[in-house]
Amino acid sequence: MELFRDTHFDFLKWKWPFIGASLLLTAVGMASWAMKGGLSYGIDFKGGAEMRVRFQAEPPVDKIRTELAQKIKGEISVQPITGTGSPELLIGTELTNETELNANRDLIETSLRGMFGGTEGKVDLNNTSSEDLANTLRGRAGIPVAEDEIQKLVNGIRDFRIAKGGIIASLDDLSGVPGVSAEVLGSIKEAGVVGKFAILSTDVVGPKIGAELKQKAVYATLYSLAAMLIYIAFRFEWIYGLAAVIAVFHDTLITLGLFSLTNREISLTVVAALLTLVGYSMNDTIVVFDRIRENMKTRRAGSMTDLINDSINQTLSRTILTSGLTFLTALALWLFGGDVLEGFSFALVVGICVGTYSSIFVASPILVFWQDFVASKKPAAAAAAARPVSIEKPVEQATSKKKVVRRY
Amino acid sequence: MISQNLKYKALIILAVTLACVYGIIGLPTSVDQIKENFANNIHLGLDLKGGSHLVMQIQVQDAFKSEADTVIQRLRGDMTAKRIAVGDIVRNDPATIAEAASIAITISGVPPTQGGDLRQLITESYGVWNMVSAGADFKLTMKPTDALAMLRDTRTQTMNTIEKKINGLGLAESSVQQRGGTNSETEILVQLPGVEDPARIKQILKTAAKLEFFEVQGGPFGSREEALTSKNGVLGFGSQIKPGKTGEVYIVARTPVVTGRDIRNSQPQVSATNRTLWETTFVLSQDAAKRFGDFTGTHINQPMAIALDDQIIMSANIQSKITDSGVINNIGDQQAASDLALNLRAGSLPAGLVYLEERTVGPSLGADSIRSGMYAGLAGLIAVIFVMLVYYKGAGVNAVVALILNALILIAALSYFGAVLTLPGIAGVILTIGMAVDSNVLIFERIREELHAGKGVAAAIDNGFGKALLTIIDTHLTTIVSCALLFLFGTTQVKGFAVTLVIGLIANLFTAIFVSRVMFEWGLSGKQRPETLSI
Repeated sequence: MELFRDTHFDFLKWKWPFIGASLLLTAVGMASWAMKGGLSYGIDFKGGAEMRVRFQAEPPVDKIRTELAQKIKGEISVQPITGTGSPELLIGTELTNETELNANRDLIETSLRGMFGGTEGKVDLNNTSSEDLANTLRGRAGIPVAEDEIQKLVNGIRDFRIAKGGIIASLDDLSGVPGVSAEVLGSIKEAGVVGKFAILSTDVVGPKIGAELKQKAVYATLYSLAAMLIYIAFRFEWIYGLAAVIAVFHDTLITLGLFSLTNREISLTVVAALLTLVGYSMNDTIVVFDRIRENMKTRRAGSMTDLINDSINQTLSRTILTSGLTFLTALALWLFGGDVLEGFSFALVVGICVGTYSSIFVASPILVFWQDFVASKKPAAAAAAARPVSIEKPVEQATSKKKVVRRY
Repeated sequence: MISQNLKYKALIILAVTLACVYGIIGLPTSVDQIKENFANNIHLGLDLKGGSHLVMQIQVQDAFKSEADTVIQRLRGDMTAKRIAVGDIVRNDPATIAEAASIAITISGVPPTQGGDLRQLITESYGVWNMVSAGADFKLTMKPTDALAMLRDTRTQTMNTIEKKINGLGLAESSVQQRGGTNSETEILVQLPGVEDPARIKQILKTAAKLEFFEVQGGPFGSREEALTSKNGVLGFGSQIKPGKTGEVYIVARTPVVTGRDIRNSQPQVSATNRTLWETTFVLSQDAAKRFGDFTGTHINQPMAIALDDQIIMSANIQSKITDSGVINNIGDQQAASDLALNLRAGSLPAGLVYLEERTVGPSLGADSIRSGMYAGLAGLIAVIFVMLVYYKGAGVNAVVALILNALILIAALSYFGAVLTLPGIAGVILTIGMAVDSNVLIFERIREELHAGKGVAAAIDNGFGKALLTIIDTHLTTIVSCALLFLFGTTQVKGFAVTLVIGLIANLFTAIFVSRVMFEWGLSGKQRPETLSI
């Protein structure tokens, strides 16, 4: 099977509309960015506390909000998380200093316990650790005496809870767990209850760590971009490195703009996704550049525009196939990857589209512009500016051109 | 005819595959063992497995202050012994970590004629301190190198104490590390994998368990103001106000008689008078027992207070001279009593802790992430395999084999290096798979081009690989170079991404260029003059 064979699309003819679209998209993103007073960072970067809680039944969101707002100074957000099967809330408080933040985190937990309480001094099977459960059960009717059997029983209950997504609806459900006889179940009921909620995760990031994470993420990304620029400049020419880096920078900006437009938060996982898309986009650009470099060696004549157009066409089949496949993977991740990976996979889905496009319509035109610029600078070659820049006459070329010829 | 050379190459591939399989599942004898070995060999990060990650900052100034307090006490004794007259000895109160080293002790009321004696005493017995005269007073400051050593010791002691506490709870696999590499680092990172209920651990760690025995100079009072009024609004240098458990306040001596650092052993026990109450016993070290004996012997029928983490938990009159052991009651239930005993045994922390970061993931959320990540990964992989087989037919098989071997090498490398797989690491895996697919596509497209150009099968394969090689090396090296920078400058999460990506890319250079080629050649080797290639 072959989809594209011997295509001759004049991609560069359309460079201006596409560059215009790129600029527009970047501008819209930046405008949204500016209007909202900067990107919206998750607590990873801005500092704050966030608790993800799963409930047995639909929780009274407004009641929880008012209750917490009374107890906690500063802003508090209570957001329902959708699409997880069971009702979940994300409860967060804003940036304060470290000590207060920890106090607030504890306050959220105790308030929830107060509101949904009902453990009556018994152990809450939805929030306890295996170790505590073992301690509580030890010595009760029907509970095995041997330590490893108790461990087996307790681990069985824990695995059952994990399989149920962290929430056991009723103690009677435990009768299916290996080792839980009617007598054991009686003992469990005597000592324990099932709480109406389970805390799935807690994140508390102090402002100091937040600022540090942000700074490190930005520096690491910029340094790695610089390293790519230098490497490509070394392997090709410096203008290639610059073009490639501008292209991935463009991709990152547009993706960040879309994050701002769609009110998504930038978290540490999103940074990992941005790095992934930088990788993809760079890979894509290098494949096209590599073909350009190769064609330069063999072509006797022809304009730079033609040469680049041909190179893009020659790699088009590969570009579509690779991007299509990776896009499919990212799309699968976005659709089925669950809520934790939502921001991550969104960035990938957007990034792969923009990254593929930028290799053709951002990185490649830059090479043409540079070529035209170099040609226009040379009065002797002015007349030939419209004429193909040929490689067989390295003496007349810019010095950078000569390098290519010499090396290959 | 399969050439000798090709056989060797195939052997290399086989050996690598076997080594990888061994690295991942070991030598299992049953299906259960496969699962068990797999779980043991692949280390999941806290975000996937569940557990707690805590970053805390050691408030080292606390240690400096208590060191100064001890020095003040010793100094008084030594000066009395040397018959040097003295008025007040007080220290300043550094509030932040940065100010810790500015700790200073001011000695006043020393007659000018005895200044020389004091200087001699300081030089001989207090080598850590520098003495300068400040007007009529003398001021002791800590020497910079010793201040740094003090900070380092505080950090080491804190880390050891936390380690003991965590081990006392029976938590395997936990780790306590210094966060940065510098000597003056005050931040530590505690990782508690698999912990389902970090609340209790945090409570135990959070409790500095700073236990202090004070001489009570007044109280209890209803409020701070009342306490101050009783002293005519001026608190003496040797006094301080401490809150009690129910809002009352006490005036106590500035310097404690003994502290938790002097405790040798501690155990919980049931109260002898009320069987439902629990209490904690303690045994003091020899040196402290002597001090405690001296103090309690001379203060019979006067009140003494016990403060836990700067809160007075009990205050009672001293009945008789107490030397080396005692009981703390008024604590609460069994768990509170045994936690306090654990804390006292582990040694109280030399300084307070401030939590800078906490990340706790419950095992069910971690399991959710793994599950959805796996489903998505599988869906993606199946789509890729399907498209490759349809689009490239026979050659597609090569690509699929290369892809699977790539994943195998990646997982095995993680196992051999003991690297940890985290959520960002999975991002690295995804990019790896993407680039692995790309390498195969690049090569196959090149081979097709060569075939279209009329080349023979063998030549097309040769040229296809040859021409694609340069591109593949460039794309891979660019990414590896950028990963090196990410690893050097990135956060822990970014490092996880970089490590998996680099491993995956190196594996990919092997599978896409070497393995896939050997497969092509193997397929051709049976035929004399191959005319067609399934691609």
